[in-house]
Amino acid sequence: MNGLPDRGGEPAIRLRGLGKVFRGEHGAVRALSGIDLDIAAGEFVCVLGPSGCGKSTLLDTIAGFSPPTEGTVEVLGRPVSGPGPERAMVFQEYALFPWMTVERNVAFGLEVARAAPERIHRVVNGLLARLGLGEFRRRFPRDLSGGMRQRVAIARALAIDPPMLLMDEPFGALDALTRRSLQNELLRLWAEDRKTVVFVTHGIEESIYLADRVIVMTYRPGTVKRIVEVGLSRPRDASSPGFNRLEGELTALVMAEEARHQADEVGRIGDVAPR
Amino acid sequence: MGRTARLASSLLVPVVLLAVWEGVSRAGWVSPLVLPPPTAVAARWWAYLLPARPYDAASGSWLLWALSGELPQDAAASLLRIAIGFTLGASLALPLGLAMGAWPLAHALLNPVLQILRPIPPIAFIPLAILWFGLGSPPALFLIALGAFFPVLMNTIAGVRAVDSIYLRAARNLGAGQWTLFRRIVIPAAMPFVLTGVRVGIGVAFIVVIVAEMIAVNSGLGYRILEAREYFWSDKVIAGMISIGLCGLGIDVGMSRLNGWLLRWHRREER
Repeated sequence: MNGLPDRGGEPAIRLRGLGKVFRGEHGAVRALSGIDLDIAAGEFVCVLGPSGCGKSTLLDTIAGFSPPTEGTVEVLGRPVSGPGPERAMVFQEYALFPWMTVERNVAFGLEVARAAPERIHRVVNGLLARLGLGEFRRRFPRDLSGGMRQRVAIARALAIDPPMLLMDEPFGALDALTRRSLQNELLRLWAEDRKTVVFVTHGIEESIYLADRVIVMTYRPGTVKRIVEVGLSRPRDASSPGFNRLEGELTALVMAEEARHQADEVGRIGDVAPR
Repeated sequence: MGRTARLASSLLVPVVLLAVWEGVSRAGWVSPLVLPPPTAVAARWWAYLLPARPYDAASGSWLLWALSGELPQDAAASLLRIAIGFTLGASLALPLGLAMGAWPLAHALLNPVLQILRPIPPIAFIPLAILWFGLGSPPALFLIALGAFFPVLMNTIAGVRAVDSIYLRAARNLGAGQWTLFRRIVIPAAMPFVLTGVRVGIGVAFIVVIVAEMIAVNSGLGYRILEAREYFWSDKVIAGMISIGLCGLGIDVGMSRLNGWLLRWHRREER
């Protein structure tokens, strides 16, 4: 019906006819259009596309920060009406609370939910240990490297034990080595907990390295261009022939959209005098 | 440059200035009423600092005696006024600023009135303050509170408005409701701005307290230097001014330390 393989059971996330139009001073911009997508519980999905393709808007809509203008978003069988702790978000900018120490950041979601102090203590200690943050627990975020900050942000999201993680280009600002080590760490955590992960990225290699399925988006309006099953066993070897074949295929798909993006930029520079 | 050399170079200009000043006064080029020599000012300051009466063990503790001099009493009176007046002003400005920053309706309602009042220097309220509160501490406290009010208010509003929306998004995503957002995100995130307002507010309060003491009350550092002028004690006027400067420096160093501790999480370059 929507070109998706039947994975059985209720999907964790179900999008139907999803569209989003932003209305601003310079008229309306259509960010998303006609998106049908099912994401199974425990699945790791990457949303891949050039910048401006609306992939972050898609994630915001699932997160409940910004309601769709058309269509529906259902999470665990219920329509989304706002942000909720069952869909913990990890941001590219980390979004750690800089006035809280590492352990207070991680504890935040549990404190908000009025968890018992012993439970908070146990969960925070467990996560700090799992992410190798034990010795940094009393540091403030400003004293940590980018990779460490993103570890804290992941720990903070996991502390409320959400069934799903929404990740918005979380490793985009990191150097290549740190990124790979965090990718491995994320895969390890995912293998342990089997949370549903929706991971937005513009990294082709990253999407193949991580995902069960890669959703390739079109540029403006954002629609689903192609869904690619990765089907490689983990841990994946980025130099293997299968990996390379997929990389070639996805690069062709993304480059076609990137070309439309470029053309659009050139067109806009033609219309409007540079500021 | 070594430590000693740095110290010597930083002392060079003050020492030369003091020497010239001393020389000019001693040579009789200017009247000591206009410009007393620094040694006379120092002697006067010392006398101003020390207790008037010798220590008598029967009359009470040693510390009370040590602080019974005119200068410690005056400084305490001025600092107490600043503390009370500032607390009054800031405790009104802070909740009002938080409300106006977070709640557009409150801003729309209150902003016009506040914008009209804000450019009036607190000093210009002196006649009205005396008419309303008479002489003595009440008008002084009113003026100090007024002086502290606007810096704290304006910075609090700006601080609340400058809260990065990503923190709000992250907190809402983790399940925080409106009240938690306000208490645990908006207030701490606005704190660097608020503390800037507090620092400016205390600075204004310090100016206002001296002026208010010159006009409305008969204690405190401001009162004392005006009194000394009436007796043509210019050495005491200068000694009083130096004391005011030292108090201001002390307040500023104290505030800077407090800011540094409260904002220890903040990016260093923005402190």
